[in-house]
Amino acid sequence: MIDKKTIEHIAKLARLHVTEEEAQEYSLQLAKALAHFEQIAKIDTTGVEPLITPTEIESYWREDVVKQEFSAEEMTANAPSKAGNLFKVPPVV
Amino acid sequence: MSYRGFEAVIGIEIHVQLSTATKMFCADSTEFNAGDNENTSPVSVGMPGTLPVLNKKAIEYSIKTGLALGCDIRRKSVFARKNYFYPDLPKGYQISQYDQPLCENGTISFKVDGAEKTVSITRAHMEEDAGKSNHHGEYTLINYNRSGIPLLEVVSGPDLRSPAEAAEYARTIRQIVRYLDVCDGNLEEGSMRCDCNVSVRKVGAVQFGTKVEIKNINSFRFVEKAIEYEIERQIDAVERGEKIIQETRLWDPDKNRTFSMRTKEDAQDYRYFPDPDLLPVIVTDSMIEQYRKELPELPIARAKRFQNEHALPEYDAQVLTMEKALADFYEETAKESKNFKASSNWIMTELLRELNQANKEIKDSPIKPLQLGRMIALIDKGAISGKIAKTVFQEMWQSGKDPEAVIKEKGLVQISDPAAIEKIIDEVLAANVQNVEDHKTGKKKNLFGFFVGAVMKASKGQANPELVNKILQEKLK
Amino acid sequence: MNLTFASITEIADAVKSKKVSAKEVAEHFQNRIESLDGRLNSFSSKNSHAVHEAEALDARIARGEDVGPMAGVPFGIKEMFCTKGLPTTAGSKILENFVPPYDSTVVARLKKAGIVVMGKLNQDEFAMGSSNETSFHGVVRNPWNLDCVPGGSSGGSAAAQAARLVVGTLGTDTGGSIRQPASFCGIVGVKPTYGRVSRYGIIAYASSLDQAGPMVSSVKDAALTMEVISGFDNHDSTTTQRSVPSWSRHLKTDVKGMKIGLMKEYMTGGLHPDVQKTVENSIETLKKMGADIVEVSVPMTEVAVPVYYLVAASEASSNLARYDGVKYGYRADFKNLSAIDLEEFYSKTRGQGFGKEVKRRIMLGTYCLSSGYYDAYYNKAGQVRRLIMNQYLEAFKKCDVILSAVTAAPAFKIGERISDPLTMYLNDIFTTSTNLAGLPGMSVPFGMSQEGLPIGVQLTAGHFEEQKMLDVAYALESASPVKGKNPHVV
Repeated sequence: MIDKKTIEHIAKLARLHVTEEEAQEYSLQLAKALAHFEQIAKIDTTGVEPLITPTEIESYWREDVVKQEFSAEEMTANAPSKAGNLFKVPPVV
Repeated sequence: MSYRGFEAVIGIEIHVQLSTATKMFCADSTEFNAGDNENTSPVSVGMPGTLPVLNKKAIEYSIKTGLALGCDIRRKSVFARKNYFYPDLPKGYQISQYDQPLCENGTISFKVDGAEKTVSITRAHMEEDAGKSNHHGEYTLINYNRSGIPLLEVVSGPDLRSPAEAAEYARTIRQIVRYLDVCDGNLEEGSMRCDCNVSVRKVGAVQFGTKVEIKNINSFRFVEKAIEYEIERQIDAVERGEKIIQETRLWDPDKNRTFSMRTKEDAQDYRYFPDPDLLPVIVTDSMIEQYRKELPELPIARAKRFQNEHALPEYDAQVLTMEKALADFYEETAKESKNFKASSNWIMTELLRELNQANKEIKDSPIKPLQLGRMIALIDKGAISGKIAKTVFQEMWQSGKDPEAVIKEKGLVQISDPAAIEKIIDEVLAANVQNVEDHKTGKKKNLFGFFVGAVMKASKGQANPELVNKILQEKLK
Repeated sequence: MNLTFASITEIADAVKSKKVSAKEVAEHFQNRIESLDGRLNSFSSKNSHAVHEAEALDARIARGEDVGPMAGVPFGIKEMFCTKGLPTTAGSKILENFVPPYDSTVVARLKKAGIVVMGKLNQDEFAMGSSNETSFHGVVRNPWNLDCVPGGSSGGSAAAQAARLVVGTLGTDTGGSIRQPASFCGIVGVKPTYGRVSRYGIIAYASSLDQAGPMVSSVKDAALTMEVISGFDNHDSTTTQRSVPSWSRHLKTDVKGMKIGLMKEYMTGGLHPDVQKTVENSIETLKKMGADIVEVSVPMTEVAVPVYYLVAASEASSNLARYDGVKYGYRADFKNLSAIDLEEFYSKTRGQGFGKEVKRRIMLGTYCLSSGYYDAYYNKAGQVRRLIMNQYLEAFKKCDVILSAVTAAPAFKIGERISDPLTMYLNDIFTTSTNLAGLPGMSVPFGMSQEGLPIGVQLTAGHFEEQKMLDVAYALESASPVKGKNPHVV
């Protein structure tokens, strides 16, 4: 049901390198999981608003007040590669 | 407007950077001139476990803009995640609004070449900005200072038909957000960014042509030029029998052309879904009424009022309402001078010229509205002549002093005592006996002006010109 | 004083009254970790400054400072929680070496209350698992039987707590990740109401389901810990602004007249006989104590597992997009950065950094959100989710607390189910609907299998009704047939 092309497309969207073997495995497992989801399709949900946050929570909006608690050094300390306080990545363009 | 039998269809998306002190979802500063990654925190760098908390001010500014653009404000709008990978996007998704934006269905009107144009605003939605990439050939460096800065994306309908209309539309949006004081409108610093959607179709055709999006336009002049170029390019292509490809093109201001960035083939699938980290934005009627009350009078309404109530010509009203600060300056001046047209004239000619030459903004004018207003009132009272006023104005511009002080210091008070003027006239006539003779006999014509000039000169310009005229006429009868 | 079996309050009181120093307490548990954890692998990293931090606490006590209600109590923190200066990896290679410059709100609150962080606890990678077999730091073993799994995803927390390597631990629960390992290891685990506890600084798996909670040795310790970690946080807009009740002070064993609901859908058989017996015993016990047993029905729970996997995988696919080798964590080894295509940079980094189960769920979630499928999957799941919640709210009009099994069977053998993801997912049939509906739920130990593996019962209450659930648990705990039993390793 989930063909190789679809798996490749999804892997590309998710930026996951998938081996030939993994692709096969995922294709089977995805198909199984989706078949499992078929149970849901049968339920009549006409006019039902989807639920995301499952409890009643009051809105909270922040006041527009600056708080600078971290230095650029702290924010870049974990970077796999950097130049000064900038994050370094392959050339994009 | 027709181009070689074709019509252009243009829509514009303008990203308006809201001038809040902090970012959309965290308390980082939005200040423009910060060091590398100095305006960041775990939230804006997308560190694990961090969560967005909405900035109240950003909501206020967005609603105000929506109201000014005549939009309906959704009582419940929803933030969604737009998922894609790019190094300047720290979370792997941008928080934006998708199918339930805050503002929808507005319109704005403006004038292009004297004709009124109305453009629909499809929507205006809130979203966070991405970081900045600096390309160095071998690698790219990422700065997240801009990551999370609040934007309002204003999307027009496909209602624009010429590059000039498009540019005027963009200028109008800028004018409005500056009036509202929700955006500084600075295109060079990226506070406003315009993406233009352009397509062409045969005049009379009902179907839209394939649209092309142009990005990277950072001035209104380039809006015009880029669209002009794009229209020509598309018509050329169609005439050659080619199909227009739906794509994104970048404007290259150096080469005056657009070039292809990516085609729709690798178009993204953004996988939008409501952001579960944020609750829907619930806006109450009372909030909207509050913000509506706080809205300033907008440029078009203000210009109309200047025309109707102040009897200013349309041109004056338009120039004076270009910027809110200028319109405010004019109104304060006029209130003090009680002379609308004179206030308009002094501002539009003398003041704007000086500001332009000094490259100053109206808020930095050394002459304040009350001072200018008083100076105009002094002219109307006859305390100084219009000519002397120019000297007074210059002195006020240089020193920032009050007009009364300048007049007193420089001894520029107008002479309105008939006896004093008569004395000067007698002296002038005595010194020009031959001319008096010639005038009286009619030997020479048009000598009256010569006498007025000589009297004014003798009085160092301070004699009341009306009195000079009157007394001279009697003396030369 | 027997430190090993002391409660949170006993330790804190002893430390505050200087009967024992925080340093001695920290050293005691540090020694336990050193000598016992080799067999369990419940810690993924230890805090080398723990004793030093305890000394600092003693110094503050000596100066007469108020050091909080949990003074000197040694805690273990699941890897999911960011801890300032301590590695936080979510059990994943992709976060290897990540040291956050900030504390998650719950850890900050516990520290303020005086705890000493002994280290970080192992877990399934990104909390995706029910057996603690998917961690980058290796499999965790059940202290009751080292061949068995401790459950998951908070398996390290459950194992460390059951073996008394610490006095308290924190876990996270997205579909049962606190309650199931608590049941497997014979401890008390509470998932609070969604919105009760801040998620700030907790690595996100599925944002609309995740909730942190205590995994401790008694109901009272659970209530105390909840009081410290709960409440509004201005860094998390999904926390409630309701005040936090004094659960521990109000705890009572009197359940007379309380209505205990039994869900029709959960009583269709299929339970392991020992689990069945444990549930029956608990019902009998509560009946004897004067509680009323009523039948309730939540028909939609039958689809809770697929709805849960759909929602969780979809949200996870987006939540895990930030692990890209740019800002922190693992980056695939590229000899020459300038020759790398951006897409390859991402795909290799993420392909190598994530484990199999995580990749599987990212793939599933990406598919469900992709163009053309959103309505049929994520949106539909959201609608069914509302139906599930509404049915629960109806059920709670008829009862105070719903009682059920936590899992169909006790802990299983390591390696037994890892190869079949779908069977593994069925572990979650009794626990996921609680998360979908945002309800508070907990596991309290009440039985033991023939093979000597602990079995808990699950209690679920209405939104923000934790007190009722804790009271029933307190009553059960007081009459528990397994009270005082400990695993052999201890």
